[in-house]
Amino acid sequence: MCLTCAVIHGVKSQESLRLKTSMLFGLIRKEFILELRRKSVIAGLGLYLFSLIFICYITFNLRENMISPTTWSALFWLMVLFAVVNSVAKGFIGEKRGVFLYLYTVASAQEIILAKILYNALLGWVIALTGYGLFSVFIFNPVQDHLIFFSGLLLVTLGLTTTLSLISAIAAKANNSNVLMAVLSFPVVISLLLLAVRVTRNALDGLDRSVSTDELLNLLAINCIAGALGYILFPYIWRS
Amino acid sequence: MKNWLKISAVVLLVYVHIAGLLMDVPRLAILNETIRALYFHVPMWFGMVLLYMLSVYHAVRYLRHPEHGRDIQSMTYAHVGTAFGILGIITGMLWANYTWGSPWHGDPKQNGAAIALLVYLAYFVLRGSLDNEEQRARLSAVYNIFAFAAMIPLIFIIPRITDSMHPGSGGNPGFNAYDLDSRMRLVFYPAVIAWFLIGLWIASLRIRIIKMEEKLADLS
Repeated sequence: MCLTCAVIHGVKSQESLRLKTSMLFGLIRKEFILELRRKSVIAGLGLYLFSLIFICYITFNLRENMISPTTWSALFWLMVLFAVVNSVAKGFIGEKRGVFLYLYTVASAQEIILAKILYNALLGWVIALTGYGLFSVFIFNPVQDHLIFFSGLLLVTLGLTTTLSLISAIAAKANNSNVLMAVLSFPVVISLLLLAVRVTRNALDGLDRSVSTDELLNLLAINCIAGALGYILFPYIWRS
Repeated sequence: MKNWLKISAVVLLVYVHIAGLLMDVPRLAILNETIRALYFHVPMWFGMVLLYMLSVYHAVRYLRHPEHGRDIQSMTYAHVGTAFGILGIITGMLWANYTWGSPWHGDPKQNGAAIALLVYLAYFVLRGSLDNEEQRARLSAVYNIFAFAAMIPLIFIIPRITDSMHPGSGGNPGFNAYDLDSRMRLVFYPAVIAWFLIGLWIASLRIRIIKMEEKLADLS
């Protein structure tokens, strides 16, 4: 009796798990479709990235022909930060009220935040990689240890998008959301950026990999904390 | 707050001020007499972290069972904690002015503390920009938990993995050196307890004031 109960329960939970994952992918697909439908937004983001890098190129490269790796990493992370903040901010802030209500009825809060984080992370990776490509074309590419650089890039972008997704959800509820987004997010992401700059510096100098593992593990830990907090706390934001 | 706690806080503080300024301290290189800053600067950070912990505790309680009083408590502890943090930064800058030669040295500990305070100032900005009372309480409780999680790496982790000139890290004389000298502990631990009690006292008074003001606003 108990065994059958357990089996049925197991089947049920498996079923609900499958439902959950399908809902998750459905939500991510919806984000992609919406994003692709508004081509002007994608184009705007690309142009934003391009003009940021072009300004960097004009202000630094024409004059000196060379910038130090430290300046390179600082510029690179500033570029990533601003582009990611802009792309994530419109996730919750730009959404119409009707969409919120509809999502509220069809999906649970956990699914929505996970879908948002995953989608934003994918978008963030695309932005960061595009930015990296543009940087190496226009400025130069001082990276010596690619493995460390890209794993750092992956982890930092994931951390940025996780924290920013949650914060944009908070900011979307307030009156002057765009200002609030900047005020709330920048102090929180500074610790991520500090670690990011350190990892990048190691990768640019081509230091031994054992030097950077500590920072990468720290980044991973911060990501885990941010993800767990987002997962636990988002339902409270979502309820209103 | 119990009366004997208030009285003991005052008595301890009087003792800390007299003993902290007059008692013998170990002669350490670089630090010399500025080692006395330990009695006035470090308790501020202990008090700040403890008060922020209380603030997070009440934020979590609010999220579990929404009750207006818990929101007020959470906010007030964050207020007093921030005041302690600002005092900690100011006393640290005074000390740095004589030991490092300039009030702001760009040390990782200084920067981390300043950013942590910015996070909490952002919390107050968030509270100010939400009109609906219930929404304000819930969203700021969420951000409070988030801010606490962001503060931990800024104050406790990042300064430890970078070189810092702050006593206690990077081979500078610090807590390990004080361990040798139990006379300093006789003043330092009472100072931590007394300042924390004072923080609790201020918070409890503020909570009462806010509640009375709300009652007055209801009446009128």
